[in-house]
Amino acid sequence: MRGLAGIVLLLLGWEAAVRAGAVPAEYLPPPSVVLPQLLAMLTDPGFQLAVVATVLSWAIALAVATGIAVPAGLLLASVPWLRVASRTVVEFLRPIPAVALVPLLVVAVGGGPATKIGLAVFAGLWPILFNTIYAFDEIEPLHVDTARAFGAGRVRVLTEVALPSVAPFVLTGVRLSAAIGLAVVISAEMLTGASGGIGQFILAAASGATRMDRVLAGVVVAGVLGYVINAGLERLHRNYFDWGAA
Amino acid sequence: MSTMLELAGLRHVYRGGHAAVDSLSFTVDGGELSCIVGPSGCGKSTLLRAVAGLIAPTGGEVLLHGSPVRGVPEELAVVFQDYSRSLFPWLTVQSNVEFPLRGRATRAERRELAWSALKQVGLADAAHKHPQQLSGGMQQRVALARALAYRPALLLLDEPFASVDAQTRFELEDLLLRVHAEQGTTMLLVTHDIDESVYLGDRVLVLSSSPARLLADLPVHLPAERDQITTRESETFVELRTEVARLLRGVAAPVSVSP
Repeated sequence: MRGLAGIVLLLLGWEAAVRAGAVPAEYLPPPSVVLPQLLAMLTDPGFQLAVVATVLSWAIALAVATGIAVPAGLLLASVPWLRVASRTVVEFLRPIPAVALVPLLVVAVGGGPATKIGLAVFAGLWPILFNTIYAFDEIEPLHVDTARAFGAGRVRVLTEVALPSVAPFVLTGVRLSAAIGLAVVISAEMLTGASGGIGQFILAAASGATRMDRVLAGVVVAGVLGYVINAGLERLHRNYFDWGAA
Repeated sequence: MSTMLELAGLRHVYRGGHAAVDSLSFTVDGGELSCIVGPSGCGKSTLLRAVAGLIAPTGGEVLLHGSPVRGVPEELAVVFQDYSRSLFPWLTVQSNVEFPLRGRATRAERRELAWSALKQVGLADAAHKHPQQLSGGMQQRVALARALAYRPALLLLDEPFASVDAQTRFELEDLLLRVHAEQGTTMLLVTHDIDESVYLGDRVLVLSSSPARLLADLPVHLPAERDQITTRESETFVELRTEVARLLRGVAAPVSVSP
């Protein structure tokens, strides 16, 4: 409830600032203009398609990043020489901002959805990879000994001790990647220009007639998406990985 | 009774040269409850881990039913001191107890075995809780139930009651004695508590400080039925605990204040 009060306060402040003439209404239209525009856009099939395109690209990218980073993390964590050998490469690749790769990917795979998905995968790999490796190092040795003492072999130790142990950390990594992925997908949509989505919608609204009300409505939708995604993953964490802790 | 477990010249030196156990030999008969007592850090846990097949000793042999232990033997269960790190937090109490039974029993059998083991330790009501929702003493009961449900031929206990409060400790000691009387499981229990070793054991094996060597192998001539009050004040008990304490003190560092 208090969170809601904060939002209401923000909107009121924004409205008041524009009405008082502190900011020109054509650059920053007030909520009383943006919100009706937002409602109108939500029933517009073109905008709906843009939202679906963004969410779909984001979801595919997150699934692919998870599918690559978790097995890779487990492999790197459990094979020491591989981890040492890969360290330099990983430390070189990791700091590269995903959007810096846009021209490269546009040339390689074109401006379509593959580019933004590829970028989001690249950006989303690292948090999951590092969290998986870290979690693997933190596996309680006594859990492993206990399982072994009761006759569990390598496969059972991996699937029934290692995986449940790392799962909460991996999910935290996925949450970080989800937020990064959304940002990268929308940025890529703005930069590549031909892959649809909210980013392209915002860019189109900003150019030409400069409909700032539509731009802001698009931004609000992007913000709400990010919020819903994070809240959903948080809920998943609470429901499945708290293990009855008080 | 037949010999179940035999240690022949067991020796373990860790990488870096620390000798934990040195030329240790003794046998354990089937159905016996043997207590191993020694100063803290003397290599007792190393000994137990070697018996459990969790580490390969650098010298000597562990023989179970006459054949050398390579890898973790079947029919063997372990209860560790640190129940909070030994129970799996992501599983319910019931699933924790069933864990060792997977692949050995059908779903229905597992449920039945787990339930009766939990009943035995007085925790049937907690089956669907998670370990963190239970007190320390209750968690260690779960760990014990998990070992019992497995119906091991040999039960190893590594300082099982060292991390619970005194009252709980007495309860768990009596629970262990009751289980031993009911099921006749062979038990090897490691402790640093002299009184506990005498109270629980059919015999007490006294170890020296690191590297662990066998100082004495003392039979406990106490009646099978034991009582926390009367047994502990009996003459036999007091004599034996004094003897063990003397043996341990004889090897303790001279600066040590505690007996």
